[in-house]
Amino acid sequence: MELADIINPNNLVYEKPKLLTENTMHYCPGCSHGVIHRLLAEVIEDMGIQDKTIGVSPVGCAVFAYNYLEIDWQEAAHGRAPAVATGISRTNPNKVVFTYQGDGDLASIGTAEIMHACNRGENMVVIFVNNGIYGMTGGQMAPTTLLGQVTATTPNGRDAGRNGYPLRITELIAQLPGTSYVTRQSVHTPATIRKCKKAIAKAFQAAIDKKGTSFVEVVSTCNMNWKMTPVKANEWMVENMFPFYVPGDLKDSSKNDPESYTPLKN
Amino acid sequence: MGELRLMKGNEVIAEAAIRCGCDGYFGYPITPQSEVMETLMDREPWNETGMVVLQAESEIASIHMVHGAAGSGKKVLTSSSSPGISLMAEGISYLAGAELPCLIVNVQRGGPGLGTIQPSQADYWQSTKGGGHGDYRLIVLAPSSVQEMNDFVELGFQLAFKYRNPAMILTDGVIGQMMEKVVLADYIPRLTDEEINEKYGSWVTNGRKHNRQRNIITSLEMDSVRMENNNLRLQKKYARMEEEDVLFEEILCEDAEYLLVAFGSSARICQKAVDQAREKGIKVGLLRPITLFPFPQKPIAKLAKQVKGMLVVEMNAGQMVEDVKLAAGCAIPVVHFGRMGGIIPSPGEVVEALEQKLIGG
Repeated sequence: MELADIINPNNLVYEKPKLLTENTMHYCPGCSHGVIHRLLAEVIEDMGIQDKTIGVSPVGCAVFAYNYLEIDWQEAAHGRAPAVATGISRTNPNKVVFTYQGDGDLASIGTAEIMHACNRGENMVVIFVNNGIYGMTGGQMAPTTLLGQVTATTPNGRDAGRNGYPLRITELIAQLPGTSYVTRQSVHTPATIRKCKKAIAKAFQAAIDKKGTSFVEVVSTCNMNWKMTPVKANEWMVENMFPFYVPGDLKDSSKNDPESYTPLKN
Repeated sequence: MGELRLMKGNEVIAEAAIRCGCDGYFGYPITPQSEVMETLMDREPWNETGMVVLQAESEIASIHMVHGAAGSGKKVLTSSSSPGISLMAEGISYLAGAELPCLIVNVQRGGPGLGTIQPSQADYWQSTKGGGHGDYRLIVLAPSSVQEMNDFVELGFQLAFKYRNPAMILTDGVIGQMMEKVVLADYIPRLTDEEINEKYGSWVTNGRKHNRQRNIITSLEMDSVRMENNNLRLQKKYARMEEEDVLFEEILCEDAEYLLVAFGSSARICQKAVDQAREKGIKVGLLRPITLFPFPQKPIAKLAKQVKGMLVVEMNAGQMVEDVKLAAGCAIPVVHFGRMGGIIPSPGEVVEALEQKLIGG
């Protein structure tokens, strides 16, 4: 078969979402943000809500998320995205609002804002990208850094006595009555990417249906600051992150009573 | 003529917000301004006008809620008192950087730190010279009566939207807690989404429309040249405020040989001090800056050529006096008289300070 027979519009099964801009992404090769951005673009486009969706980007690696999706965006101060989203959502109840936050942003400086926004049950989606490290500032310890994990501020590995314990914030979020759908996903294989897309779509639908806050954690890699190749980083994530940050739905009010939260066992 | 009522300064902020078509209030309780949110919650404006009222988990959250709502073109308000405004400083810097219009009410109390719940004017520097990081300015209005508390809500919004800049009503526990008669404004309806798109479609983030490009609200700019250009644009805007929107009041200044300069509740005390001094035969006038930024430099410079000296009366250790000195130049003495810690100076003390620090000095 000739190449021209293969690369042929009739054979096209997958194309770039129209909502993704032509801008070259600034993310490091192997970073998960690009895939998650694409999933967001696909979901928003599939649902036909691009004209009423407002994104709130964080401080951190994804601060420039607004450069890549053709929707309205506000950039928020470090950790304050849930408060900014609350302001947009409350005064624009017919619009769809989501935040896109890293673990330093959401689980450290912004703990109060995320807890209270979720507890109030703000009708919005939270995309929480957890790579266990501060990416943009150069790989320092995050609340989500695993015990023993080497970072710029824990050069001998995170020590519980000195640095405290890794924070499973999604488990805390799932206990809040204001949340309707809380899930933990990843995007390291084609299968998990498809699963993650379904989760994001479900989260957006819950926000549109005004069921409260939907929370999608995406356990991710930071191969640059983990100092690993992308392939090795994915392997390290599966081996080390997944036993602590167990993938799966933590709460799904479309199936259960929102109050009947059951902690994941690991 | 509008409706006449006897109201507290804090209550009238809430009433004026509802009546001027405000879309949202996000706040956190702190003395001596808690009546603002209490009044709003009691009035339930969401039933009447659709206005959102939300008690945030902190001042930090409330100012960033203001950011979100303001960024979607809404007329949005918060209020707090000194320590709470310090917490909001981060958000205020972001609002100024992102050029978002909003109204912030600071009912000052004594500081620093937790301080006292009694009135003070010690946040003058914080309000007029930054407070948060970066080169930015707020439009700062200083009411000296309950009526002005009412009037400055709509005025603050008008100026905020004119310049796409946060505006602040800088008042204190005296004006917030006192009751006076007030003529309330007639109701202005809230803008519809269509009206917001028509007026502010070039920058609001309320959902990309088919007929416009997406909008992005950010204060981030990684390119130094573009960042400097952003700052130059902001500075140009602040210079325009100084040209077009300086407000002040002059009382008995025509024949004045000495001048009192005071704002807010200090200005009320100085009005009485002017009367007492004139009864003693001292020709004193009062200049009351209404906008603390933009500051009334030109009228003060003009009066500096007429009077023998100026006494700046403030409930702080001497903050506005620096701006008055800059405006007046070096030809005449400009001195400060102030009380701190929540103590309100009496008119007699002001006259005594005038005699001792300027006339006898």
